[in-house]
Amino acid sequence: MVGERAQPEVIEKIRKELGTDRNIISQYYGYIKLLLQGEFGRSYYTNRKVFDDLLLKFPNTLKLAVCAMLIAIPLGLSFGFLSAYKKDTWMDGLISAISVTGLSVPVFWSGLLIMLFLSLQLKLFPPSGTGDIRFLILPSITLSLPAIAAISRVTRTSLMEIFDMPFVTTAKAKGLPESKINGIHVFKNALIPIITVIGLDFGSYLNGAVLTETIFGWDGIGRFTMQGIIMRDYPVIMGCVIVGTMIFVAINLIVDIMYHYLDPRIRLN
Amino acid sequence: MKTTGKISIFVLLLITLLSVFAPAVSRYGPDRIDLDSLKIPPDFEHPLGTDNKGRDILSRVLYGGRISISIAVTAALISMGIGLFIGLVSGYFGGRTDTVIMAFVDLILSFPSLLLAIGISILLPPGIYTVMIAIVAVGWASFARIIRGYVLTLREATYIEAARTLGCSNRRILFKHLMPQCIPLLLVMTGMKIGGYIITEASLSFLGLGAQPPTATWGSMINANRAYITSAPWTVFAPGFMIALTSLCFNILGDNLRDKYGIKVRG
Repeated sequence: MVGERAQPEVIEKIRKELGTDRNIISQYYGYIKLLLQGEFGRSYYTNRKVFDDLLLKFPNTLKLAVCAMLIAIPLGLSFGFLSAYKKDTWMDGLISAISVTGLSVPVFWSGLLIMLFLSLQLKLFPPSGTGDIRFLILPSITLSLPAIAAISRVTRTSLMEIFDMPFVTTAKAKGLPESKINGIHVFKNALIPIITVIGLDFGSYLNGAVLTETIFGWDGIGRFTMQGIIMRDYPVIMGCVIVGTMIFVAINLIVDIMYHYLDPRIRLN
Repeated sequence: MKTTGKISIFVLLLITLLSVFAPAVSRYGPDRIDLDSLKIPPDFEHPLGTDNKGRDILSRVLYGGRISISIAVTAALISMGIGLFIGLVSGYFGGRTDTVIMAFVDLILSFPSLLLAIGISILLPPGIYTVMIAIVAVGWASFARIIRGYVLTLREATYIEAARTLGCSNRRILFKHLMPQCIPLLLVMTGMKIGGYIITEASLSFLGLGAQPPTATWGSMINANRAYITSAPWTVFAPGFMIALTSLCFNILGDNLRDKYGIKVRG
């Protein structure tokens, strides 16, 4: 903060201001007290309240997460459906290959390649920054890729498990039309694992897609976390991790509650 | 095993061998700076080109592979070991031990994994071991949870009851009777997890929390070269391709093992 060759008095003064001269227990006590008051302290560098910055950046992260999910859910579900219904055909093979690749490609690399081709070469979208829908498209696509892969894989497995269930055979024996069996009997029962994966992905996007936001310069919680890490701005990092985890846990709770409505055998307690 | 599985094993062996014998394969040292050949596109001299300091990309990718692969594999083995032990103990003894251990496991699993790994890495000085510790600290929990679930079903099996009646010690039941049963499950899980660990390692290095410059790892190469993506795209392409390829092979291998043993792994 003050450079390598700062005066000892200056260092002492700053330590006093930040409170890092006190022993670790009293620092911890001070932090917990702040937390209980709903505060995360101030950034070492900008001296802004971490909580205010988080509030400011959350809408951007929310926009990105929702957009990514709007791409990922329909694509992931349809890939999963296709591959389960065309089991062991070339279509299934192709979709499985695409989805295992989607899981294996790191977003910070696919993001850079997408940026290189769609923005720097074809000049379709601005490469980075925060703003209207044009800025949102590339990071959303990048972020949706692993989610498409995960959703399509879990949809396939889950549907195939249900196909073998006796109640599906019963439905067929009763002469119900195929579309009704697939739409109601199979899909509704296959939903629980799918919702779980969607919830996990959405939850982790909401606490800031650190890598994607950094690459595309999207001013959300992820980039804020990253800046905190680079500058070793501990109040910022702590704030981001705590809020991120709370959001993640909240989404998981919502998913758990949804289980009950999908399958009333699962009790709420 | 299906053809895809065999191909992935072959590719993984190839990548590992090339990395292990990197000094013999590449003509240039990974950190050798050559100011006369900055950002040269791939050609005969430099098959993958050079970066903005004139360093040979092929050589850096191979040397980087040593670090990236060994971190992921070691982290997977350690996570597996810890997870196995804790899962066995928790599942077998049950009761209060189980409740306490599983509460802790749930605590870890309730964090978003990359965020937790980042959080742990910043507490330690950046470096190879930091990345490994971060991956293990997050990774063991899912192994423990699945092994524990499996042991819960095994615990009631008649042969365990028989062993207990014969007066086997707890230790003997745990390690001679229960542990071998868990091996196929562990194999499948490890196979499916390593691919993810390759990506986690690369992500942490990309964020600058791993091995420090000039040491090359795949993630840190992408981070260092992304400023030159328009003028020298090959410097970003090669390391990313290696991450994706290695992770893909491990994932395919994991899927193959899963199908072979007919094990359903969730989580």
